Amino acid sequence: MKIRTLEQLKALQGELRAARDHKPCVRVCGGTGCRARGSEEVLARFTTLLQEAGLAEAVDLRFTGCHGLCERGPLVSLAPEGIFYQGVEADDVRAIVMETLARGVVIERLLAQDPVTGKRVRREQEIPFYRRQHRLVLRFNGVIDPTDIREYIAFGGYHALGMVLTRLTPDEVIEIIERSGLRGRGGAGFPTGKKWRLARAAPGSRKYVICNGDEGDPGAFMDRSVLEGNPHSVIEGMIIGAYAVGAAQGIIYVREEYPLAVRTLEIALAQARDYGFLGEEIFGSAFSFDMEIVRGAGAFVAGEETALIAAVEGKVSEPRQRPPYPVHRGVWGHPTVINNVETWANVPVIIERGPEWFASLGTATSKGTKIFSLVGKVANTGLVEIPMGMTLRELIEEIGGGAPPPREIKAVQIGGPSGGCLPKTLFDLPIDYESLTEAGAMMGSGGLIVMDDRTCMVDVARYFMDFLRDESCGKCLPCREGTNRMYELLTAICEGRATESDLELLEELAQVVRETSLCGLGQTAPNPVLTTLRYFRSEYEAHIRERRCPAGVCKALIRYVINAERCTGCLACLSPCPQQAIRGQLKQPHVIDQERCIKCGICHEVCQFEAVEIV
Amino acid sequence: MTRLYINGIEVDLEEGTTLLEAVEHLGIEIPTLCFHPGLSAYGACRLCVVELGDGRLVSACTYPVQEGLQVRTHSPRVLRARRMLIELLLSICPGSKRLQDLAAEHQVERVRFSVRDERCILCGLCVRMCAEQMMAHAIGFVNRGYRRRITTPFDLTSDVCRRCGGCLYICPVCELRCQGPEAPSVVCGSCMTPAPTCPPVYEDLACYMGAAGECGTCVRGPRTPDRRSPDFTRRRESV
Repeated sequence: MKIRTLEQLKALQGELRAARDHKPCVRVCGGTGCRARGSEEVLARFTTLLQEAGLAEAVDLRFTGCHGLCERGPLVSLAPEGIFYQGVEADDVRAIVMETLARGVVIERLLAQDPVTGKRVRREQEIPFYRRQHRLVLRFNGVIDPTDIREYIAFGGYHALGMVLTRLTPDEVIEIIERSGLRGRGGAGFPTGKKWRLARAAPGSRKYVICNGDEGDPGAFMDRSVLEGNPHSVIEGMIIGAYAVGAAQGIIYVREEYPLAVRTLEIALAQARDYGFLGEEIFGSAFSFDMEIVRGAGAFVAGEETALIAAVEGKVSEPRQRPPYPVHRGVWGHPTVINNVETWANVPVIIERGPEWFASLGTATSKGTKIFSLVGKVANTGLVEIPMGMTLRELIEEIGGGAPPPREIKAVQIGGPSGGCLPKTLFDLPIDYESLTEAGAMMGSGGLIVMDDRTCMVDVARYFMDFLRDESCGKCLPCREGTNRMYELLTAICEGRATESDLELLEELAQVVRETSLCGLGQTAPNPVLTTLRYFRSEYEAHIRERRCPAGVCKALIRYVINAERCTGCLACLSPCPQQAIRGQLKQPHVIDQERCIKCGICHEVCQFEAVEIV
Repeated sequence: MTRLYINGIEVDLEEGTTLLEAVEHLGIEIPTLCFHPGLSAYGACRLCVVELGDGRLVSACTYPVQEGLQVRTHSPRVLRARRMLIELLLSICPGSKRLQDLAAEHQVERVRFSVRDERCILCGLCVRMCAEQMMAHAIGFVNRGYRRRITTPFDLTSDVCRRCGGCLYICPVCELRCQGPEAPSVVCGSCMTPAPTCPPVYEDLACYMGAAGECGTCVRGPRTPDRRSPDFTRRRESV
């Protein structure tokens, strides 16, 4: 069925709502994290048990996108009561069907626990992880079935597109986006409305819009979750953008490593064509538009827009000089607007709820919300969406739940390998583009890695540099050779071979790589080094002057020894040692043979008396 | 016409001109390595970086002239960056006379990185020469990052290579080997002293003067000792 008018869309929406609103609904999380923890099996069990209980007709069962709290998966939520079950295993499904669905009894052991009061909380909104979030882009993630366009329509999907095509001119659309203050969510934060205006003004009869889904930061999964959980919001945003700039063709660039996202996108595009949202004369207007998926071969540098264009054209993804910017010379030389997944997904919301409402969220220069993937040493890892301007402390300690004791949080890496490490003392910093850049980090695409006191900052910088020297395309000298040399210097520091002059050289080199590299990758590559030097210089100095790793991480600088007073002689560490380096008798203190020890740390982990110490 | 300012000098140039052409138009010299007038600009070696009014350093060979642009070709930041880049280049290719000369011009007196003699700086001139002038596309880059190198497809002897030697001709480092003292571990440095210049001398090539290293212009044949050593001083005296 093709939707031709706004009235038709509204009628369809009404029909869909009427068919589903009165029914209870079971929403099983189908995000990649929960799937890995067995949510597909949970879903299968629900299907059979609902049949058995004769509830298959009376209860809706949906396999949704990511709910967010990946740490506690698989997650199941029940509408309309909003009961939120976590850590649901296939064997728990019978209880949920028989108790909760059939008799309305809540199963206490599957509920989340409030970390402060210890009380079990029933509803999603009562959990601290969700309470402080503002879910705008993710509002339907975990609610709708991403493989069914009718789900999206039932919640008002494509209404914004209908309004744009039937009531607004392209210039009015651009003005709305400009007034909303939306900025690119891919990292640099370029004003989206301005980008669109430049592309609209650029001469050329053929124009393109591209969705940049080449999310490459280690530990980041925001874009993947949006594409997996609500692909139509991105597609709708792109169609609106295409209308605004006058593009007839769109490209979604997704990395091949996201098979689930590619699959949901393929389904979503086919369904959008069936309903007439893609193709000729959309919503009965003169505007025609279609798009295709280009799968990337997984190079970090392909996230850089000129490199992405090269990849789309079938060339090696290497960046080129800007200017000319893609809005003037993009894919095959035509003006091209490239926006990040999250940016596109924001567009329908802005049209629907108005630019003033959107601009009321956030800070003076950073509007709206931002999705972060919160990972590392925090209690609640997962996908969070917060209004701009929230402090890092609120995000890490209230939503993330802080570090599980006895560990303490020491720093956070924000913005992926191009971002920076910010120390605990800066946790009152508001999360907006300018504050983060000023502190030496960057918003980036939204990766947030929390580190505790057992993390060596030199080792962290070295890890990121290893990633970058591998992911640099190798075209320009400072990035290719500079990251490689920085890695060498950091390795020397970690192994206790470095001198003070090496530290000076590292700093000097980092400056030059930042200033002279061709593209954003190289220009931001030294950030992990520069920020750790700025905020954790004492750790570098300890490695160099005292040949000591304060966090006890760098293998060349630590030793594992057994504290004879604490050792109970339980023999527990003897057999796990892969080197048979530990000797000892029952009830006698054990000793580690340093010659044989490879510092794997297994004895440290297995000892229950904290007798194995790192010195 | 586009008006811009290079080192404070006002200059009007046609749109589409690059900053490198603009700079050369004024007779200002800036070093280049991966640039060749007969090939497309690539912007990889970054030696031609210049400082713009907003503080950015950009490669002159690829950056187009823009109205009102303020360009500084030899600001302290530019010079510092060029020195570091030359040091990086020398650390992977100490045997190149081109690089040793650049080092001398820019007062690069030491290489603080561990030296690997790779004999290639991946400037891509040979790849572009092969593709753009010889229309052969016989060689290209493989891998990325620090594993990047230049080779034929699948490392097999190329069917399309006509053995024209264009790649060798244009290479800034594999031609003209520097005959410095103990290469490849140090900066040659001989061009920095006021003593006679150091034209290339090859043991296996004919010296135009008939006797390499003996006329006094070229003081260092391949086997001659370091000019700064006492040995060298004696030799000079005897000449």
